[in-house]
Amino acid sequence: MTQKNEHDVIIVGAGHAGCEAALASARMGMDTLLITIDLDLVAFMPCNPSIGGPAKGIVVREIDALGGEMAKTTDKSYVQMRMLNTAKGPAVRALRAQTDNLVYPEEMRKTLDAQENLTLVEDTVNELIVEEETVKGVITESGTAYQAQAVVLTTGTSSRGEIIIGYMRYSSGPNNSKSSDKLSEDLIKRGFVLDRFKTGTPPRVDKNTVDFSKAEEQPGDKEPNHFSHETPDSSYLENQLSCWLTHTNEVTHEIIKKNSKLSPMFTGIIDGVGARYCPSIEDKVTRFPDRKRQQVFLEPESLRNDRIYVQGLSTSLPADVQREILDTIPGLEEAEVIRDGYAIEYDVVLPYQLGSNLETKAVKNLFTAGQMNGTSGYEEAAGQGIMAGINAALAVQGKEPFVLRRDEAYIGVMIDDLVTKGTSEPYRLLTSRAEYRLLLRHDNADYRLAEYGHEFGLISDERYEVFLEKKAQVDAEIDRLQSTFLKPTPELNAKVIDKGAKELRDGILAYNLIKRPEWTYEEVLEFTPSDFAFDKQVAEQIDIRAHYEGYINKELKNAVKFQKMEEKVIPADLDYKQVHNLAIEAREKLETIRPATIGQASRISGVNPSDITFLSIHIETGQYETNAAQM
Amino acid sequence: MATDFDTIAAISTPPGEGGIGIVRISGEDALSIADKLYRMKGKKLSQVDSHTIHYGHLIDPKTDQILDEVMVTVLKGPKTYTREDIVEINTHGGMLVINQVLQTILSQGARAAQPGEFTKRAFLNGRIDLSQAEAVMDVIESKTEASKSNAFNQLSGDLSAVIQSLRQEILNVLAQVEVNIDYPEYDEVEEMTSSLLMTEAEELLDQITSILSTAQQGRILREGLKTTIIGRPNVGKSSLLNRLLGEEKAIVTDIEGTTRDIVEDYVNVRGVPLKLIDTAGIRETDDAVEKIGVERSRQAIKEADLILFVLDQSQALNPTDHDLMKLTQDENRILVLNKSDLETAVSLEEIKDLAGNSPVISTSMTNQSGIDDLEEAIAQLFFQGETIEKDANYVSNTRHISLLKETQQSLEDVITGLEMGMPVDLVQIDMTHAWETLGEITGETMQDELLNELFSSFCLGK
Repeated sequence: MTQKNEHDVIIVGAGHAGCEAALASARMGMDTLLITIDLDLVAFMPCNPSIGGPAKGIVVREIDALGGEMAKTTDKSYVQMRMLNTAKGPAVRALRAQTDNLVYPEEMRKTLDAQENLTLVEDTVNELIVEEETVKGVITESGTAYQAQAVVLTTGTSSRGEIIIGYMRYSSGPNNSKSSDKLSEDLIKRGFVLDRFKTGTPPRVDKNTVDFSKAEEQPGDKEPNHFSHETPDSSYLENQLSCWLTHTNEVTHEIIKKNSKLSPMFTGIIDGVGARYCPSIEDKVTRFPDRKRQQVFLEPESLRNDRIYVQGLSTSLPADVQREILDTIPGLEEAEVIRDGYAIEYDVVLPYQLGSNLETKAVKNLFTAGQMNGTSGYEEAAGQGIMAGINAALAVQGKEPFVLRRDEAYIGVMIDDLVTKGTSEPYRLLTSRAEYRLLLRHDNADYRLAEYGHEFGLISDERYEVFLEKKAQVDAEIDRLQSTFLKPTPELNAKVIDKGAKELRDGILAYNLIKRPEWTYEEVLEFTPSDFAFDKQVAEQIDIRAHYEGYINKELKNAVKFQKMEEKVIPADLDYKQVHNLAIEAREKLETIRPATIGQASRISGVNPSDITFLSIHIETGQYETNAAQM
Repeated sequence: MATDFDTIAAISTPPGEGGIGIVRISGEDALSIADKLYRMKGKKLSQVDSHTIHYGHLIDPKTDQILDEVMVTVLKGPKTYTREDIVEINTHGGMLVINQVLQTILSQGARAAQPGEFTKRAFLNGRIDLSQAEAVMDVIESKTEASKSNAFNQLSGDLSAVIQSLRQEILNVLAQVEVNIDYPEYDEVEEMTSSLLMTEAEELLDQITSILSTAQQGRILREGLKTTIIGRPNVGKSSLLNRLLGEEKAIVTDIEGTTRDIVEDYVNVRGVPLKLIDTAGIRETDDAVEKIGVERSRQAIKEADLILFVLDQSQALNPTDHDLMKLTQDENRILVLNKSDLETAVSLEEIKDLAGNSPVISTSMTNQSGIDDLEEAIAQLFFQGETIEKDANYVSNTRHISLLKETQQSLEDVITGLEMGMPVDLVQIDMTHAWETLGEITGETMQDELLNELFSSFCLGK
């Protein structure tokens, strides 16, 4: 059989970004080819065996609402589920799963294999085929040329990846996989600016050699929760694995300080920029010498093996020092190392070279996503992956790009940060990066994004119907509660007083009762039963809207202001030299980044409010048109 | 060069006859224009070192006629006020000569600067922040010495410094809340609880409120203390007015722009700017003897911050005096017992009784006595017995006041939210708003600041 070498879209790399990109593209009807170095390492989890947490967990929900796969795959492979920040407000509650890091890749592989329109190939991409500044395909190590109308690169830490442990350094992708070396050279040849970033992992130890009695147990939640809206509560895992908390101490820190000169960071073996958000233990001890201890979490990696991931102890110190460090930590004194911690250095495409749809500015129909764009984390990678996949398909279909705004999704915040501000270190999503986080909650991802997912054909009609029904139910219930007057019956007043408030004399609107912080919708239903069957998700929406109405309205008001700035489009061919009075730094930054809107321009560091004023004047007074007409 | 502005020029010394006069040129062509005018053997201003001063002659390049003998200061950007090249020409004064020099400069390609334009450039080129720029505009427009010194205090960055330290305090709080959210399991970061946040919000609110309380004084310093002189005819109001407006103290202004005796006059009394209102009315009614109505006074009293109520102590109090006394009893007033050179016909006891808390000052316009006491009383009243502190901070800019009030509101919202039992991360929306609003005063609001704060203060990450 002859291999078919022509496709609509090619995805290079099958990590978390590549898998989402490939699925989105194929589901949008594109004949999609996924090329990866090692088909046994699809959706591999080389770092911690967990998915979600603050901000990241919301991204997983957003991927689900858009019709991506990370949420569903996590729901099929978790060994523990926890809702974090439950004592705080609804905007920052965050779901986090400990996943079985053998099952997750297997489940993702099954999904890929079953996907229509998607072909998987094991090979290494060495070069792009580019004609007239438009990508036309790729050439692999085997010499095969694959043609396509759009290409998405998601090569992650494989791009000229190098693993470092102490003095040891060797070429490698994650987990000793093969690295991809030629593609970086090809990108440089085509004028792309690359940088070296670094990230690290901690040692893994044998579960049977850990004394868990010296650590604090952290069990999963009893209350069921899943990432995907399609996963029913009934499938909630009953027997969950626990994580365990222990600490380093001053003896540990002494050993680290004594050996810090051996760390590749200090010896100069590593020159990549490391993450503030994911520092090594030697970083933490050096930067914060006053801290007497650091937390260490022991996380099970899989039900099928005995590996424990020692979270918090990420390091690239020599193997013998790593063992010495473990010996000082309560519970790990006798622990046997299965795999040493290591640092990995890799190439990133500095993301200012991308547009908001993740397409490169230099080569049309070429997209990049994931760790390759300078992010860290599975969720960040997957979030970009689905966006790149959708946009690659849209490009092939000749449709408008799909861009999420900062007030619509964490994914929008992340991509805007990357392409506007760039990053000088591995970028991690944090709730504090979002200006409108009360609007970007994990509970309302569907409300924000399901319409898009449905429009692109990524979520099924059935699922969309269910969502619309629930949405209608929420609205109907709120209407009803706002017009239902509760009389001050002895039963109602007993409960009111029981909750610490004063007796009601004149009765109260049911909705106003829910507005009281101490009440919930479910409790109010006792006094005014609904025609609908009780639904947890509907109740959550009603409670959040009633309780936080004032704050939500404030954020909505601010978001409207923000959107106005986003609507002011900067002509793509604007000549910044013609704009009077721009500061030199601002002019340079604007020329490099070429923001699409005044709003985006205002977020570039080094562009000051006065520059924005001059830029707006230039565009609004029609000076731009005049110049264009003269040309 | 920071930006491509054109080159501007203006006379920088106040109008009037002075010892010397300075013309300032700023912009890309400042040096080349100066070179065309400056004559000194073998010397070109564009080639001298920056921040040096040079003797020479100034000529009109069209006629080659010498305009004046000058000293020229050359300041090359960016280390100048506007960050552009600046040339300052010291002439021998005389309005005629200075004007000639300026005209010649303008004929060589510079543009006449608008008021405050040098400062605007300093701001746009990033030399000073917004509150400093505004303070300079206040100096340009300020009407008395005290408000000038207030403006200078803000210029030196006092207000910026206060605002920045407040912002830093809020930033610390915000960072702590953020850490609790993004790293919920990191037990070594103290949890920013509702009660901690409440304490912080209350302290911040106190500080903002106290800054705002100076705003009233600031407004007075800027706009003048609205003062009216009342009293029945022939008690000496005109004399008092003339005495206050005496040549040596009068600062020439006439807001409406017509003759000085129509609406308002400014006078500086021991650093307190008085804006004398209805001065025309005072003169008018003194002439037209019985025309006075309490009505007219009523109007003036309503507008005034300070009332100088003049009584003739050589005559017994009549019903008009009593009416005016009653009308002003809740106002800020000083009773002026004039004509102390004549025999006293009123009981001082009775007057003091009627005066209540108002100071009572005995004067004689004829003998020019008691004026010092009156001025002292005015100053006392304004500064509430405290001597004026040169370095005290008065918020006087309207934009600053409204932003501070917005901050105050946000902090009150924080407190209300906490009292209602709202979670910390929601209440933080208002706290963040307070922080951003304060940033608008100094013109800096950067989301990235928060991230940097987070990661320099806390040890985070896995």
